[in-house]
Amino acid sequence: MRVVLDHITKRFADVTAVSDFSATLNDGELVCLLGPSGCGKSTLLNMLSGILPVSDGKIFFDDEDVTMLPPEQRGIGLVFQNYALYPHMTVLGNICFPLETQHVPKEERLARANEIAKLVHVDMLMNRRPAELSGGQQQRVAIARALVKNPRLLLLDEPLSNLDARLRLEMREEIRRIQQRTGVTTIFVTHDQEEAMSISDHIVLMKLGVLQQNDLPQNLYNEPANQFVADFLGNPPINNLPGTVSGGAFITEEGDGVVKMPLFEGIADGRKVNLSVRSESFVLDPDGPLACEVTRVYQMGKEEMAYFKLGECDFRAYIDADEGLKVGNRVRLNLKKRGVFVFDRETGERIK
Amino acid sequence: MKKEKQSVDRELVDRSFFSRVEPYLYLLPFFLGIVVFTLYPVVNVVLMSFKEDYSYLSRSFTQWGFGNYRIVLSNRYFGQAVGNTIKYVLLVVPISTCIAVVVAYLLNQKLRFNALFQTAYFLPMVTSVTAVGLSWKLMYNQNFGIINYLLSFLGIDPVPWLVNASWSLPALVIFGIWNILPFTIILLLSGLQNIDPQYYTAARVDGSKSLRIFFRITVPLLAPTIFLVCIVNTISSFKVFSELYPLFSGKPGPFNNMYTVVYYIRKAMTDRKYAVAAAAAIILFLFIFAFTMIQTFVRKRMERRGQ
Ligand SMILES: Nc1ncnc2c1ncn2[C@@H]1O[C@H](COP(=O)(O)OP(=O)(O)O)[C@@H](O)[C@H]1O
Ligand SMILES: [Mg+2]
Repeated sequence: MRVVLDHITKRFADVTAVSDFSATLNDGELVCLLGPSGCGKSTLLNMLSGILPVSDGKIFFDDEDVTMLPPEQRGIGLVFQNYALYPHMTVLGNICFPLETQHVPKEERLARANEIAKLVHVDMLMNRRPAELSGGQQQRVAIARALVKNPRLLLLDEPLSNLDARLRLEMREEIRRIQQRTGVTTIFVTHDQEEAMSISDHIVLMKLGVLQQNDLPQNLYNEPANQFVADFLGNPPINNLPGTVSGGAFITEEGDGVVKMPLFEGIADGRKVNLSVRSESFVLDPDGPLACEVTRVYQMGKEEMAYFKLGECDFRAYIDADEGLKVGNRVRLNLKKRGVFVFDRETGERIK
Repeated sequence: MKKEKQSVDRELVDRSFFSRVEPYLYLLPFFLGIVVFTLYPVVNVVLMSFKEDYSYLSRSFTQWGFGNYRIVLSNRYFGQAVGNTIKYVLLVVPISTCIAVVVAYLLNQKLRFNALFQTAYFLPMVTSVTAVGLSWKLMYNQNFGIINYLLSFLGIDPVPWLVNASWSLPALVIFGIWNILPFTIILLLSGLQNIDPQYYTAARVDGSKSLRIFFRITVPLLAPTIFLVCIVNTISSFKVFSELYPLFSGKPGPFNNMYTVVYYIRKAMTDRKYAVAAAAAIILFLFIFAFTMIQTFVRKRMERRGQ
């Protein structure tokens, strides 16, 4: 099912949690709703599920306007951050509950519950209570309960944040597998960029209730729409060198580095910008424009993570270990074509 | 290393005598209070109930035995008292619990005038039963009472609440329910407030309407509190007396037909038959004990069955 958010706004008493948010999510995809804590992800999700009314705008499921529909009529499955399994029911009771309300006959209820339980691998736990399950198992049951009614849309609100690191990796793969098996359009909320990058077909990145970029994961990384997107994605974080454009070249704050690249041609003289460079986009080059000092070196297998100091500015770069960098070395760096961006320092807007 | 640990242990042992005794010292005053004012009287009642022909003044008795129990059990008013009391418990406890669950549920919603409702419902708690009982006596009045007046709008003839034998139990039960409701509602309300609202959200997303949510989510999650309320109310209802006393001007119903067990015990005491009263009290205790055991058993069964 295609989901269309048409200029959605949500105002609470003193905050606008989501403002003028428009996006289209394709049928059958797993879309990550990504953003820092408090940026309005849950609020947006709750508006999609119908738990919260919108202040403004419209929501369409395919061509149906569901803006005013109560949650029970939207045909969605929802997985809560802490699962919210009914503690007084067994696993079977939990999975069957949504079907009970649809008046599915008991035989069919059990058949469907068993089928979905097999899919998420909890079929041997059917008679346990939630309190007798591990976090990962509760998670699976919660997904089964959300999926059993064949929802048009599956919503997961930070489903992995209560799990320990190893289980998180495992469940991430599981959710991907289950989503692909069922083909249900899925929205997955997370604040973890790595999680989002690894499982989603599309990522919707938001900040303070405002959409930043809705794109393929690799596009978010390779073609960030603005400074925030570039900063949010990538580990280690992108390096930002503040400077000014002059005569088609970038000049660092202290004036001790002058980078001439086609990138800067056509930018007005005197515009304050950030030259943002991914750590893997530096190369050692005796003729390079950036003269810097090595301040730290970490061995990371074939590559080294080196810390450089350029004037007042620190940054990190992956350098081939064969180069044998030492702390205190003075070297010159050049930039690759990929992973180098220019952003307006005031507005954060990308300058191409 | 090992040696060091041992010496630490040694130190712990040395210090431990006082630290083990210390908490008991703090408990002692309270414990003495319990011994003097609870334990001693209880033991005394048990003993007294077996002393035949006990004289309170001289503290003399003829022999140990079940004489007092025989007297109690063969007394026609005691049989009536047990019947009335059990009927009272079986009516008041379930009805008040059901009403209280619904009222607490409504109070727990974010209604307008919530504060007003809460005050209205909790008013009986801060008033004296006897004083309120006197006003209920007026309200029950066959000719001038407000209850019959209101019923007349429904086309119901005046009910002889307090003057007809067959209406005295209903009159007592209605007053008893009203009297017990606030306490019950408060407990249930706190139980309701402990339920994570996320379950309601989950159930709504799962497609449930309010009524189903109430019966399938709210009530089961409230079950521990409901059970607590039932136990506490069963115990207090078995001891019904202060509701009865003002309604019938201190008499057990209009025709001595509304004896309750505690009324019987009180009567035995005013007649200075203390040992008989003690035996009746022990029998009452056994009834209460049996009822709470049954409730606990039923609850265990229900828990194990689950959904
Ligand atoms: N019920 C509410 N009332 C008032 N403010 C709220 C409410 N729910 C969320 N907010 C505010 O809206 C913003 C977004 O919250 P939320 O959607 O929970 O963020 P996220 O899920 O991305 O961490 C926050 O500033 C939060 O304080
Ligand atoms: Mg959230």
